[in-house]
Amino acid sequence: MNLISKEFVHIFRDSRTMMILLVMPAIQIILFGFAITTEVKNVPMVVFNPSGDDSVQPVIEQLQASGYFTLVGELDNRDEIQRVFQEGEAHMAVIFDRDAIQLIIDASDPNQAMVFGSYVSNIINRFQVSGFEIRALYNPQMKSSYNFVPGVMGLIITLICAMMTSISIVREKEKGTMEVLLASPIRPVHIIAAKMTPYFVLSIINLATILSLSIFVLGVPVTGNFAALVSVSLLFTLTTLSLGLLISSIASTQPAALLISGMGLMMPTMLLSGMIFPIESMPCILQCVSVFFPARWYVETVRKLMIQGVEIEFAAKEIVILTGMTVFLLAVSLKKFSIRIKK
Amino acid sequence: MDTAIRALSVNNISMNYANVSALKNVSFEVKRGELFGLIGPDGAGKTSLFRILTTLLLADSGTAMVDDLDVVTDYRAIRCRIGYMPGRFSLYQDLTVEENLAFFATVFNTSIKENYYLIEDIYKQIEPFKKRKAGQLSGGMKQKLALSCALIHKPSVLFLDEPTTGVDPVSRREFWGMLKKLKRQGITILVSTPYMDEATLCDRIALIQQGEILTIDTPDRITANFPRKLYAVESDNNYRTLMQLRENPAVLSVYSFGESLHVTLNEQLITENGHDFQLKEIEPSIEDCFIELLRK
Repeated sequence: MNLISKEFVHIFRDSRTMMILLVMPAIQIILFGFAITTEVKNVPMVVFNPSGDDSVQPVIEQLQASGYFTLVGELDNRDEIQRVFQEGEAHMAVIFDRDAIQLIIDASDPNQAMVFGSYVSNIINRFQVSGFEIRALYNPQMKSSYNFVPGVMGLIITLICAMMTSISIVREKEKGTMEVLLASPIRPVHIIAAKMTPYFVLSIINLATILSLSIFVLGVPVTGNFAALVSVSLLFTLTTLSLGLLISSIASTQPAALLISGMGLMMPTMLLSGMIFPIESMPCILQCVSVFFPARWYVETVRKLMIQGVEIEFAAKEIVILTGMTVFLLAVSLKKFSIRIKK
Repeated sequence: MDTAIRALSVNNISMNYANVSALKNVSFEVKRGELFGLIGPDGAGKTSLFRILTTLLLADSGTAMVDDLDVVTDYRAIRCRIGYMPGRFSLYQDLTVEENLAFFATVFNTSIKENYYLIEDIYKQIEPFKKRKAGQLSGGMKQKLALSCALIHKPSVLFLDEPTTGVDPVSRREFWGMLKKLKRQGITILVSTPYMDEATLCDRIALIQQGEILTIDTPDRITANFPRKLYAVESDNNYRTLMQLRENPAVLSVYSFGESLHVTLNEQLITENGHDFQLKEIEPSIEDCFIELLRK
């Protein structure tokens, strides 16, 4: 039994954790892909057409055909709008006055209301203003899964590599086995490399799961260079492994390692990597903070390579930054990894 | 001591934790092939000393040599030739008995086969359970496994930090039997224990308290050097007798010891009448010596 096989045995014997690590990425991708989306679909809508003019019919048909809205009824007078909104029958009313189209939106959920508004105005504009058209490049259907897949990839790799590596090293300290290992001829570098290997392998498996789910189930294509995407992901895996190592040299108990990697790494990765909130619209200070999280650069690269389908040269900046971070983190954490135990 | 026969030397080692002093100017030497005991209560500094000698901890001042190698500069060489069994059970609980042993054999670049003769006596007793996870073993079996793992590479010096703490009396006796056998193989053994009765099983012992060594000698000479006569007193009510004896000006020290009380007297002050209990002269044990040394 050598160092690396011992690490694999630790993971295999802890079958519950292993199941979580393998199943979680699939669940996250499916959740983010189908359930948790910012898109709107089948919003109940009512129309009020006081003029009775049939010329508005194509507009109504077009609104329904978009799939975003479903016509649930036509109103006879303006006052009914309050009632249908309050009873929850509809969230949007379109009023076709003689000289203008008025849109009344239930803005109790402001984000949704904004989305309705922009969808409707897009559709109606096509009828009124000729020559103005919006085309969504790279993601013509504006699917939110295009945004989430890179984010989830960043999240899962951070979780498995940084969190699990730090916990597994800290566990040896906590259980006292690190004491025995340090008092043996093994070099610390070998201990570390052996700790990292199984999580590296797990990450590769998860990467395969995430990519195949997103391609075959969510229909998010890899438009760019597949090999480049995989290589960047492996680079990011190394970055997060070294982050985990750094955490393990700071934390001395498993809960501490969990807290540092959970609060200090996972939360910022979710909030600051551009996975949920666009970085450009963050306040300046948060934009500056986000620069320090490797996930931000990784998610950006994946978005470029996977969704935009650009060549790897266009992600050169991000790749250089990630490489720099990896070298830096690895150097610091190897230097910090103690050849002795702390007082 | 001649370097050829010296396995270990500690020179003026001191160490502090924050503002607590764990070791104060500790010095001693251990001969090759000796079974040396560090005897002292919890918190005496035994574990700190073990960690310094196994190159795991840096002392604040002083030097230490193991096999004539400096514990700070030659730590890598020392780590190849020592066996260390920490006070807490430090094997992998989720690995089986056999896997643990195989792992530690690999760690020390050896195989179970190569030095099997050395651990045979010990390992044979746990071999029927070799497929069992180490976490499910009893205290005595865990200790045997830990000793096997620490011995698998035939170390020249073996460090055993409180190996018998939390182990039943039968296993403890067995364990000391094993140490005697290992000694015959020429392995130097440094063992620590809070149990004074185990002290007599060592070749030489150091009594240690609050980071200071009180005395170093063979157990026989330590007990022989007890400065005065020691008496045992038995009574129906030990507590009341203890209080009465404390009042008595002729009594130098009195403390309860198992079922009876141990008493030392200032012989000049003894008056013929005046005590109504039986004094029985007894041989002092290591614990009596320890208490006597603390009294000073």
